[in-house]
Amino acid sequence: MAEALLQVENVSKRFGGLLAVNKASFAAFPGRITALIGPNGAGKTTLFSIISGFLPPSDGRIVYAGNNIAGTPPDRLARRGIARTFQIVQPFAGLTVRENIAVGSHLSRLRRADALAAADDVARAVGLGEALDRPAAGLTVAGRKRLELARALAIEPRLLLLDEVLAGLNPSEIRDMVPVIRAVVDRGITIVMIEHVMQAVMSLAGHVFVLSEGRIIAEGSPRTIAADPRVVEAYLGKGAAGRMMAEGAAHV
Amino acid sequence: MKGYAPILLAVALLATVPLISSSNVVLNFLVMALLIALAGQGWNLLGGYGGQYSFGHAAFFGTGAYVTAIIQMRYGVNAWLGFVVGIAAGALVGAVIGALSFRSGLKGSYFALVTLAFAEVLRIVASVTPITGAGVGTLIKLDLRPEAFQFQSRAPFYWIVLGMVGISLILARMIERSRFGAYLVAVRENEDAAKALGVDATKVKLVAMTISAALTAAAGGFYAQYYLFIDAGIAYGPWISIEALLAPIIGGIGTVFGPLLGALVVKTLGEVAKLVTGGAPGLDLVIYGGVLILVVAFAPQGIAGIFNGLHRRIFRRTQPAEPDRG
Repeated sequence: MAEALLQVENVSKRFGGLLAVNKASFAAFPGRITALIGPNGAGKTTLFSIISGFLPPSDGRIVYAGNNIAGTPPDRLARRGIARTFQIVQPFAGLTVRENIAVGSHLSRLRRADALAAADDVARAVGLGEALDRPAAGLTVAGRKRLELARALAIEPRLLLLDEVLAGLNPSEIRDMVPVIRAVVDRGITIVMIEHVMQAVMSLAGHVFVLSEGRIIAEGSPRTIAADPRVVEAYLGKGAAGRMMAEGAAHV
Repeated sequence: MKGYAPILLAVALLATVPLISSSNVVLNFLVMALLIALAGQGWNLLGGYGGQYSFGHAAFFGTGAYVTAIIQMRYGVNAWLGFVVGIAAGALVGAVIGALSFRSGLKGSYFALVTLAFAEVLRIVASVTPITGAGVGTLIKLDLRPEAFQFQSRAPFYWIVLGMVGISLILARMIERSRFGAYLVAVRENEDAAKALGVDATKVKLVAMTISAALTAAAGGFYAQYYLFIDAGIAYGPWISIEALLAPIIGGIGTVFGPLLGALVVKTLGEVAKLVTGGAPGLDLVIYGGVLILVVAFAPQGIAGIFNGLHRRIFRRTQPAEPDRG
């Protein structure tokens, strides 16, 4: 296998007395989707904020393209090719969809006209072509999630961190979004995604890491992860896996 | 170029006023309105486009005024050169206050309070230091020659301040259409999202504040040359901080023409108030407050916003074939 584009090594984050992330390590390899799953409050978004430079880690290294980037500010990381979306969408509410995306396109384009034209292309690629002139504040939840993705893509990243871009969407909206994400990977962009929608994780992710109480408790292919008793217990509580096994056996 | 035509038209129209009316009252009124438009455009670049509300633009106005005056009177430098140095000094004060506030992450009301505090400190310092003439103030010696930036009639003053307003309008339009402008608006709308897209928010705000301060300092330097007298209360007083933010907010915050429209309206209201009340002190401020409340409540985009709304409505009515996709 090729060298990892992103290597998170023993990263910890402490907020006062709370250890939000506890020596987490994982790697993301070029050209595929790595998923980060785990129950609410496991520290997934905190870990994303650390990787994207919004929070400094208390401890540990983050190696991106061969360099330790821990503590580098987010705008510098964006210029080096790391893009992120926000779980709670952060549109530039007063601007149109085109203007929103153009902020990202400007990273490699000085002229306004070029940035706006590039924004049009990105918007069409994620299915926002019809909404270009609409104010971002008027978009539906699904539209806002697409806008998050479009803006991140507009900076033409190497590594894309997607924080629950499918959360809050209905099943048909998820079905529409999954091919969009797959098309991004097909263009050679490495993706790390936090996701709760297991149906999407199963169909998209090549490798899954499970974070629980700040620690990586399991990793593997989506199929092995779904069957891992530690993962079931992380979501449903201690002993749940055992009880399910017992019940399953009783039903047979 | 599209977008610059209205600016040239507005400036050309205003430029004809001294040819039509030689009334000193009219010209004096317009000079003050344009002065506020210039200071207000400075405020608008930082507050309107960048979302950083300053309550202390007097710090830049006063620095521009004092440096322009002091450098001529104490060091014998040419008035025009003094004016340029005054603008540079104002920009420097903007850069320093900006660096201190933005690097410490001050936002919103904290930023507003810190700028207010800086302006007040400068006012108090200027009212006690010998170089500013302390409580007595600074007089610029009468020398009615164009080389000394002084004129016999008011018309040349009027054209100079109009020219500076024209430059500030073009500057605002250019910023609106540049990457820097896009980044500035992005920082206003959502700083974290802007950072995630590669925007160095601190730098963008700092550059905006420096340009903003330079424009407001230019208004201050002009004021000194026009009245030939300043003291701490005029140069660093809260009146200019208030008018510099009132004009763009009433005229249309974050729009090119907002400060000019707002300044004309604010100054007209001020004059009307004086006529009606017989010049009772402070009543113009009461009127400003009332208008500000009305604008914020009923027309948050200001006068420019009302115009845009009307324009859109008329445009839609004349083109019924256009399908409404809103």
